[in-house]
Amino acid sequence: MNKTPEQINEELLLPLNSTSWRYYLAVAALGMLVLVGFYAWGYQLDHGIGASGLDRPVFWGVYITDFVFWIGISHAGTLISAILRVSNAEWRRPVTRCAEAITVFSLLIAATFPVIHLGRPWLFFWLIPYPSERGIWPQFRSPLLWDFFALNTYLIGSFSFLLLPSFPDFALVRDRSEGWRRRLYGILSLGWRGTPKQWHRLEMAMRIMAVAIIPVAVSVHTIVSWDFAMALVPGWHSTIFGPYFVAGAIFSGIAALIIVMACVRKLLHLEEYLEPIHFDHLGKLLLAMSLIWFYFVFAESLTTWYGNQPSEMTVFWLTRSGSFSPLFWMMVICNAIIPVPILSIKRLRSKIGWTVLASIPIVIGMWLERFLIVVPSLEQNRLPYAYGTYTPSWVEIGITVASFAAMPLLYLLFVKAVPIISIWELKLGQHEKPAEVAAPVPAEEIVQGATASGR
Amino acid sequence: MAPAKEQNQKAFRLKRRNWGMAVDEDRCTGCEACVVACHAENNIATVGEEQAARGRAMHWIRIERYYEGTFPDIKVKYQPVLCQQCDNAPCEAVCPTYASYHNAEGLNAQIYNRCIGTRYCANACPYEDRYFNFVNPAWDEPLNLQLNPDVSVRSVGIMEKCTFCIQRIRAAEINAEKEKRQLKDGEFNPACVQSCPTEALVFGDLDDPESRVSRLAKSNRAAKLLPDLGTKPKVTYLRRGSWYDEQNT
Repeated sequence: MNKTPEQINEELLLPLNSTSWRYYLAVAALGMLVLVGFYAWGYQLDHGIGASGLDRPVFWGVYITDFVFWIGISHAGTLISAILRVSNAEWRRPVTRCAEAITVFSLLIAATFPVIHLGRPWLFFWLIPYPSERGIWPQFRSPLLWDFFALNTYLIGSFSFLLLPSFPDFALVRDRSEGWRRRLYGILSLGWRGTPKQWHRLEMAMRIMAVAIIPVAVSVHTIVSWDFAMALVPGWHSTIFGPYFVAGAIFSGIAALIIVMACVRKLLHLEEYLEPIHFDHLGKLLLAMSLIWFYFVFAESLTTWYGNQPSEMTVFWLTRSGSFSPLFWMMVICNAIIPVPILSIKRLRSKIGWTVLASIPIVIGMWLERFLIVVPSLEQNRLPYAYGTYTPSWVEIGITVASFAAMPLLYLLFVKAVPIISIWELKLGQHEKPAEVAAPVPAEEIVQGATASGR
Repeated sequence: MAPAKEQNQKAFRLKRRNWGMAVDEDRCTGCEACVVACHAENNIATVGEEQAARGRAMHWIRIERYYEGTFPDIKVKYQPVLCQQCDNAPCEAVCPTYASYHNAEGLNAQIYNRCIGTRYCANACPYEDRYFNFVNPAWDEPLNLQLNPDVSVRSVGIMEKCTFCIQRIRAAEINAEKEKRQLKDGEFNPACVQSCPTEALVFGDLDDPESRVSRLAKSNRAAKLLPDLGTKPKVTYLRRGSWYDEQNT
């Protein structure tokens, strides 16, 4: 890729300036699905949680599954972007904003689920420690409260992480447009003038944020896992859950990122910016995470099986050979058996279609994994007389489908407002090229001439 | 006059009790009178046939039925399960709003109007003895006319559970305090204990060495439900054995 700065400006700002009828159609279709979700939620508010398929003893179901799943997807962005920034991987430049946006949107979606899940959702703010006439703080011993703080910290952190490097691009849009858009982006760019002092501060802020956000991201999913691990429930009460959840989150996150990048590339005609090499690199990461995920599942299964406690083994066999076994083995196929061979073969991995083909089952498989953690343990929890079963109702399915529609909808709206590839960082990469890029890019790729930042 | 009276009142204090229960499995016939009595006493909603079939029935005390042995030689074992009022309760720590908390007498209290319905407590409870209002409570005619005025009616979306009939405890305490005397063992009972025709359920103060319940708790038939979890339940189960001998010692 050899492009002049003007060409980059033109091509990357194109989605902001022109909109086809297909875009409106897609927004309308996704918007309809989201509205169906809102209708389902309204129905549930009217009828109570009884509108869902939940019962005793399965008090948590699809809503909590969705919550954990979307938090997992959120690890695509900020964490990967931060790690790539800290490690100074040059190929990250066109990928970072794409990834950071996923984080913010999936976190927003995830944050709605605990509220939807509540028996009395209008009182969700009782988790906020604010001085009130009730004179009581929330209970700081409850993992749900830790969750509340972790989620908010992560949301604020990743939102600023997305916003910070956007200022120079907002300023670029401001300078190249007129009328209300000029005023709007003038406000958004917070008076960015591109002075050396401003650049210096931006770089500094990004460096601090990139380091700070990594422990935040890791802690968030660890705390989500503690919602389960802290409870005295067979199958939940496990010390491995923290790292297991974080690994699973990054795993599903990268898969989601690959799918989103492939869509953005196709729909916004960014073929020259998001190249097969990016998918190849992310595919390698995905392969590593797939193996790590499998390792965790294996380690957890083996220790449970070897320990052979009756209540643990009840849940163990319920998932491996009982009523949940089709879902369990489908999860294994989706998360390991399909992606590992595809991603291990260089020839397949370097083709975008194949990496996407490996990523889609992973997203499905990771949703199943969350479901299989939440539900079976509750169905057969210790006292056999209190065993139960659970089938999601149309309300839960509707809201879940709506959440899957909300993600592309938010993304579609986002690409119309913000350049999806960080323009200034891309240009910077072109400038800094010869000296700095040489090290992190493998020699073989330089020979092939298929690197990211266009040499 | 007034200060003397005040002093007098100060001098008298009710002893703090450690309420507990003993359940004699040999005596339980599985008649479920306790279940009905509990419903009547505590304004527990009858959710209806359809909801009950979906696993949403609420019985603060339930009779679990287990079958022992193989076909011709089968014994049915009835095990009444109610909130075990654990001293180390898994349900309490997980509630983000203090709706589920440990009161001064060591009971696991549930504050209905603080509950926002996270349902975490019900997941954490290994005895599955917390009940959620999945639908708005309703009572079939004429049950709606017999609601107990001493017990609040719960709304949809909140958790409820056995309280050891705390309203009866409080009423007895108020009476005793008025008469400036300590509570007597067996002076009052929760609805389930009162209605049990075989006296399989015994309620009282575990700290009083003379009370029936504390003597039963020391019986060699005494066992706890899921003792390995370390929840320290206050309900003692008396397993099968020579209960007759024990009654006569």
